[in-house]
Amino acid sequence: MRSLSNIVWLGTKELRSFFSDWVLLGFVIYSFSLAVISQAQSNSQEVFHASIGLLDEDHSELSRRITHAFLMPYFKEPVAIAQADIEHLMDTGKYTFVIDIPPNFQRDVLAGRQPGLQINVDATAMIQAGLGSGYAQQIINTEIAQFVSQVERVPDSPVNLAARIAFNPNVMTAWFSSVMGIISSVTMLAIILAGAALVREREHGTMDHLLVMPLSPFEIAMSKIWANGFVIAVAVGLSLYLVVRLLLQIPIAGSIPLFMFGAILYLFFATAIGLFLGTVARSMPQLGLLYMLVAVPMNVLSGGATPLESMPPWLATVMQASPSTHFVSFAQAILYRGAGLDVVWPQFLAVAGIASLFLVLSLLRFRSTLSSASN
Amino acid sequence: MNGSDDQVAVVRALSHRYGSVTALDCISADIPAGRLVGLIGPDGVGKSSLLAILAGARKIQEGAVAVLGTDISKAAERALICPRIAYMPQGLGKNLYPDLSVKENVEFFARLFEQSRKEREWRINELLESTGLAPFADRPASKLSGGMRQKLGLCCSLIHDPDLLILDEPTTGVDPLSRRQFWDLIDRIRDRTAKMSVLVATAYMEEAERFDWLMAMNEGKILATGSPSDLKQQTGTDSIEDAFVALLPHRQRAGNEKPIGPPLDGHAEPVIVAKDLTCRFGDFTAVDRVNFTIRRGEIFGFVGSNGSGKTTTMKMLTGLLPPSEGEALIFGEVLRAGDLEARRRVGYMSQSFSLYGELTVRQNLVLHARLFHLSLAFAEARIAELIEKCDLADYLDDLASSLPLGIRQRLSLAVAVVHKPDLLILDEPTSGVDPLARDQFWQLLIDLSRNQGMTIFVSTHFMNEAARCDRLSLMHEGRVLASDTPAGLIKARNAKSLEDAFISFLERETPGTASTVTLDQPQAEPDKTAGRESRRSFFSFRRLFAYTIREGLELMRDRIRLMFALFGTALLMIVFGFGISADVNNLSFAVLDRDQTPESRAYLSELRGSPYFLEKPPLTDYADLDRRLKNGDISASIEIPPNFGLDIKRGRPAYVSAWIDGAMPFRAATIRGYLQGMHQLYLSDPVLNTTQAARPLPANIEVRFKYNQDFDSIYAMVPSTLAMMLALFPAILMALAVVREKELGSITNLYVTPVTRLEFLVGKQLPYVAVALINFIIMFAMAVFIFNVPLKGSFVALLAGTVIYVFTTTGYGMLISTFCTTQIAALFGTAILTILPAQQFSGMMTPVSSLSGSAQLIGLCFPMSYYRPISVGAFTKGLGLADLGSSILMLLVFVPVLTALSMMLLPKQER
Repeated sequence: MRSLSNIVWLGTKELRSFFSDWVLLGFVIYSFSLAVISQAQSNSQEVFHASIGLLDEDHSELSRRITHAFLMPYFKEPVAIAQADIEHLMDTGKYTFVIDIPPNFQRDVLAGRQPGLQINVDATAMIQAGLGSGYAQQIINTEIAQFVSQVERVPDSPVNLAARIAFNPNVMTAWFSSVMGIISSVTMLAIILAGAALVREREHGTMDHLLVMPLSPFEIAMSKIWANGFVIAVAVGLSLYLVVRLLLQIPIAGSIPLFMFGAILYLFFATAIGLFLGTVARSMPQLGLLYMLVAVPMNVLSGGATPLESMPPWLATVMQASPSTHFVSFAQAILYRGAGLDVVWPQFLAVAGIASLFLVLSLLRFRSTLSSASN
Repeated sequence: MNGSDDQVAVVRALSHRYGSVTALDCISADIPAGRLVGLIGPDGVGKSSLLAILAGARKIQEGAVAVLGTDISKAAERALICPRIAYMPQGLGKNLYPDLSVKENVEFFARLFEQSRKEREWRINELLESTGLAPFADRPASKLSGGMRQKLGLCCSLIHDPDLLILDEPTTGVDPLSRRQFWDLIDRIRDRTAKMSVLVATAYMEEAERFDWLMAMNEGKILATGSPSDLKQQTGTDSIEDAFVALLPHRQRAGNEKPIGPPLDGHAEPVIVAKDLTCRFGDFTAVDRVNFTIRRGEIFGFVGSNGSGKTTTMKMLTGLLPPSEGEALIFGEVLRAGDLEARRRVGYMSQSFSLYGELTVRQNLVLHARLFHLSLAFAEARIAELIEKCDLADYLDDLASSLPLGIRQRLSLAVAVVHKPDLLILDEPTSGVDPLARDQFWQLLIDLSRNQGMTIFVSTHFMNEAARCDRLSLMHEGRVLASDTPAGLIKARNAKSLEDAFISFLERETPGTASTVTLDQPQAEPDKTAGRESRRSFFSFRRLFAYTIREGLELMRDRIRLMFALFGTALLMIVFGFGISADVNNLSFAVLDRDQTPESRAYLSELRGSPYFLEKPPLTDYADLDRRLKNGDISASIEIPPNFGLDIKRGRPAYVSAWIDGAMPFRAATIRGYLQGMHQLYLSDPVLNTTQAARPLPANIEVRFKYNQDFDSIYAMVPSTLAMMLALFPAILMALAVVREKELGSITNLYVTPVTRLEFLVGKQLPYVAVALINFIIMFAMAVFIFNVPLKGSFVALLAGTVIYVFTTTGYGMLISTFCTTQIAALFGTAILTILPAQQFSGMMTPVSSLSGSAQLIGLCFPMSYYRPISVGAFTKGLGLADLGSSILMLLVFVPVLTALSMMLLPKQER
């Protein structure tokens, strides 16, 4: 009871400290508003404004139709280029796609000679190259098929495929990247806030002061964990409701309270890491450098940027030990796919398990560093 | 306005403000030349601001100042006299570099004044010999005692034979013997170069007696000027301290009486017993076999310089540090970390007044009452009592950080005794507080001791405070020299005062220290290679390299920063190289085949044979489909309706439906592309079509993936990651390096020495350019050998681009550093301002050619947009110098632009 009251009171002090640190406060607000909005608008997951160079050697009705079939916002209007420039323009990355329509293309199509049409793709453009080449192929195929069907009757396809995309029918980047932006901010800020709370206390010399009072290191650590976790939990909630739903108009499939429950479990882990790094770092800059080496990999490899199955198998296995992986996994399940507790409980269990293990380790380390060298 | 030869500085109507606080309030003074001039007054009265302005470190806001006959408000004129002034800022060794050795520190300053190697070595030798630092030439400045650090600061100031030496509180926190030696040294230096003027600020009133001319200051105004005897005569007092108090405006003097504690019953039981208390940090012994006993009700003093082991001893007593040997008994028991009961009986006020500056006075008091679990009624009464006693009523809702030092100190005391402890431990509670506030504080202590029976253990470096204790211990270098009553100590050494007694104990303890501090007659000076006139060159490589060498040495010695600089990029390269991929493979799918005919299996065989897909156990029904799609078990499902085979046989159109997990849009779109591709293949495969003739496609669309036939994203990802790492790390390191100087105070050297902004910035940039190139070589090797991404193009072009690129990225960090004031802001500011444009606007994910509007503008202004094509071009596209030349030239434009911008934004004086 005493202990609980100490933790609560110390925690309120943490909250006051946090709200008077303008740099950190600004950083939290930025991360959950502007950063989320900017990631939502990035279009990095779609084909967007892809640039096309077109070499039309046919100058026929069909080649003109193909030229006009590429539409914004997926593709920019194709620009006519000369044969000699192709190499150079692609080398400098001016065009991601160069389409070459050979001479007599229309005539050969109508004659059923199956003429070749070349799409050159700059394969170093990663996402656009992969998706865009598929789209371009489809667009051209459709255009040719329509052209041909006007000239002669074509029978219907014997089998039709209706491929539908669940949860995000129009494959909008913003639906994905806004929520993933919040997720990565959670890891980042939990570590920084908890670590900074500890380092700040040491830099101001108030840590000694706490330790000579009838307080145990456990109480000191727990107060920092709940207070900083609380700040982030509130920020996440506000960001989901106000920024994602209200401002960006992105629908959230599942239950936000269920997600918040999982996020709070995860925050125990992330703040514990922050405390741990806070005991290692001697100063704020060192904390910052350590943060970059610990949190960036945890974020990047969690499956929020690249699906785990695309990583080398050993790496995917190693990442199972990181709660951030399970966090991303249940966040996607709940927020995108509308999963309930019946679906995500294994991830919740994994996060809670690893988090409590790490919390204990962190507390032990916290206690031992405090009692040995309080310098 | 020009001063005559008799004045070293002339000040007219000078005012200086920090926000709403007035530091200097319309000051005018003529400071005589060739004298030892003292500025006296407590902390925060404007002494430091005045000295910084005179030294040229601070910009003049209002008024006129002439130093050495030159108007220093003009930058060009200031540059002329700057080599004739030396400035040692407040805070021992604040302009020194703690990681550098004694010799390296002095060398750095010599280089700033463009001394040739021969001249430099001669001067350094002479200075180190004469100050007694020669035996410690290789010791890092951080490991010097306060007295030695102060001498080192002096050496660095004297390296260029200044005409005006400005010392801001050079002796604060230094033991009395070192202090006396320091003043002797100053005297001898002045004997040697008679025309040198020395301007000193001090908080020790006793020291003021030795100055030729004094300026007493309070609240931004000058109270009086004149020789010490003038001031004493003027006020009719017999010490400078009393004279100063007498000079204060009347309202501040009220209630100032000399406190004298009543005598103490010497037979009470012991409260603290230290037995052979020892504390070692590595091979350094901070506290060496300390013994003492403190009895109930006693005020026990601990006297010694900074670093003499006072704080460490107190930490052992409070249980913050475990003793290496010996034991400390509090109330007859060893205080253990887990012993919360004993803690309730102890109050502790650590150095630096451990308060929460972000809480108000009331919040601080209430918080501590809560943490000690005082009952609500008791807490309320107790807080009210303390507020009255410590005179805090006017400040209840002010933030603790905004309080004046004296009041903050009283609050700190109130917080420490809120739970009525039996024992109060105070670590240097009065440092930096003016004499009046110190008196008030001691009245409170004496009241606690005499009227409430509290035992008080207090440390201090002020001798007049020590004299008020019942008993005291003199500490030096971890050992107790003597313990007795103040009168007993004076008697033991037959001294006149407690200070003399302390010095006498110190001399007995360290024989020969006094004799090492001699200043020989100057030896024959070698011909100066550069006269002072020629030292005002506009640009000097020697000054530039002074910064390069220093920065390099510092980086080598900061382990965490060095590890981060050298291997951080490699670690993140692995993370990004393996972890971020645009490849979509190992896709799991499951089938709901409700037809189960040869036709349905024929349709699915295309999918089952694909290297991209992995089949999971078939779906049983829609609920199963829904559940497995939701929990991420499968990323796609294919449903084949009943009668699929029959429809095909009868020539009726058949329909297959697929559901794809849309959680990750890019992956979903790719899967859809794969499925559609396979569907086309199925349609055009004549064998599978049973009833209708296969219809060949009207045209053959051939997709050629240039540069990367297998379309494996690693060939683009690895060169891009390399570009991003070289954008991020050098920028962060560079920004930290500049802001670190601002935060630690050594930026003063830029303000007061002849070094120019260009030399400062480029000098600091070079080591990080070197580090970045090492990073490049490591990452290049990793790309080729670990990721198997071969270099297909020209290495020369890549290297040329890289060298220029790292100049631009360090320049980018430099630019950010000019508007950051703390290292943490520089770190995260740089990270945000680099990662965002690097990932989104420089072609890493979306080609620059696809950007529009402000995104494209940001992309075009970010160096990585030009380097990524070079890196990807050289690695994967197989390009050479001819193709990459234009990008390299574009990068080259950034270098002067970034440097010039940073120079413009970096002030040459503090505001």
